Amino acid sequence: MSVSEMFAALQGALGQDQDIREEIRKVVQALEQTAREILTLLQGVHQGPGFQHIPKKCQKAREHFGTVRTQMESLKTKFPADQYYRFHEHWRFVLQRLVFLAAFVVYLESETLVTREAVAEILGIEADRERGFHLDIEDYLSGVLTLASELARLAVNSVTAGDYSRPLRISTFINELDSGFRLLNLKNDSLRKRYDGLKYDVKKIEEVVYDLSIRGLNKEATVGAGEEK
Amino acid sequence: GSGGFRKRKHDNFPHGQRREEKENVNPPSALMASFKSFQMELDTRHDKYERLVKLSRDITIESKRTIFLLHRFTSAPNGEEILSESEVKLDAVRRKIKQVAQELIGEDMYQFHRAISPGLQEYVEAVSFQYFIKTRSLISVEEINKQLIFTAEDREETTNMTSNSHDKQPHMWSLKVTPVDYLLGVADLTGELMRLCISSVGNGDIDTPFELSQFLRQIYDGFTFIGNTGPYEVSKKLYTLKQSLAKVENACYTLKVRGSEIPKHMLADVFSTKTELIDQEEGLP
Repeated sequence: MSVSEMFAALQGALGQDQDIREEIRKVVQALEQTAREILTLLQGVHQGPGFQHIPKKCQKAREHFGTVRTQMESLKTKFPADQYYRFHEHWRFVLQRLVFLAAFVVYLESETLVTREAVAEILGIEADRERGFHLDIEDYLSGVLTLASELARLAVNSVTAGDYSRPLRISTFINELDSGFRLLNLKNDSLRKRYDGLKYDVKKIEEVVYDLSIRGLNKEATVGAGEEK
Repeated sequence: GSGGFRKRKHDNFPHGQRREEKENVNPPSALMASFKSFQMELDTRHDKYERLVKLSRDITIESKRTIFLLHRFTSAPNGEEILSESEVKLDAVRRKIKQVAQELIGEDMYQFHRAISPGLQEYVEAVSFQYFIKTRSLISVEEINKQLIFTAEDREETTNMTSNSHDKQPHMWSLKVTPVDYLLGVADLTGELMRLCISSVGNGDIDTPFELSQFLRQIYDGFTFIGNTGPYEVSKKLYTLKQSLAKVENACYTLKVRGSEIPKHMLADVFSTKTELIDQEEGLP
């Protein structure tokens, strides 16, 4: 084979690669659009009246996740199944965001941390690499960390809205999450950077709980929380 | 409702293995159990990555040594000996690559590609350099990949393989050099060829430079054909490639113009001063 033939063949391979990337980018854009819509919807819970409509908002969000699932289906067809990590960078960001949104919905509904399997199910993908398009563990953890900062914000706003019990429950949840993350030996990568932000979220929520305690506002709250559970 | 969610259950969660934590959490909650398993998963992944980085380093070092050895080829009278020695060295490198291939069994190669890519590029450089010296032509990706299919009887390495997952392909391992790794390796090769050109002039060899300049021109044309289809790194190398080509072409020019004026035995002297100049400009190995 002559040198020019070799390079022509390589060029062909690279060109195909570019086509695949282009296709992926299109689907990812659509996914980003859906993710924004869900986020806008869920942002409503931070506003005063929003607190009463949480279940309704969650239900609506879940309907949107149906769109996500069809978009994920189409993303899966855009590239060979065994080359997930070759194109990982393209959907990494949006996937983390979707994990966060799913985790937020699940938290609002049941005040528990969504499992990796459950997120995969909500998004219509697999939890294990062996079974196809899957949810990478680092992406899952990143999404969970985003949830933590969202909850710190929610704690503040729920006090404003007069819901004094929620910050306490959030505090317990975040503390558990924090000790969970402490178990991990993270490398010096983006996940580690995100994790470093977790302590500020913990601190913020603790401040809120403190403010409530010194004013005796948590008394009725704990009673309220006890009744709810 | 949360009815649709499965709770992750860990029946055989190792109790009492927890580290010192602030204990406001009941020890083996579902959340802690899953984080425990995340810890394992992440640690396994990082360990594998580190092992691959180390293998890649070794591959790089051995390939570099092979290249240095091959540079001695032109000057030495015992050319065959050097070639066979380089073959031995490359075999050693390939054994390392076999270990890489074994590490990657059942994995997505691209997940760990960043760890092994530098080593593979250096290997491509070494192997294509040797191939050029032997055949005066460019080795193809397919040819390289053909040599990276390993069978069990290749010699059983005592790799401390942790997983037993190679049941799927019991006696065959292979690793594929990606087109991009190949291209980057070939781009590095041109730098070596430039050095070969200059040093062969120093040895009074007047034919090799012309042969090399032709070969380099072909490669350069190939790279321009690819242009910016490839990733960023490839276009970055194009600049260095152009410089190498310019040096070789200038060398040929000098040979042509001054070759007829200067007696043959003095040619080396004329050129050696020129070589020093180029080396200074380059400032790079």
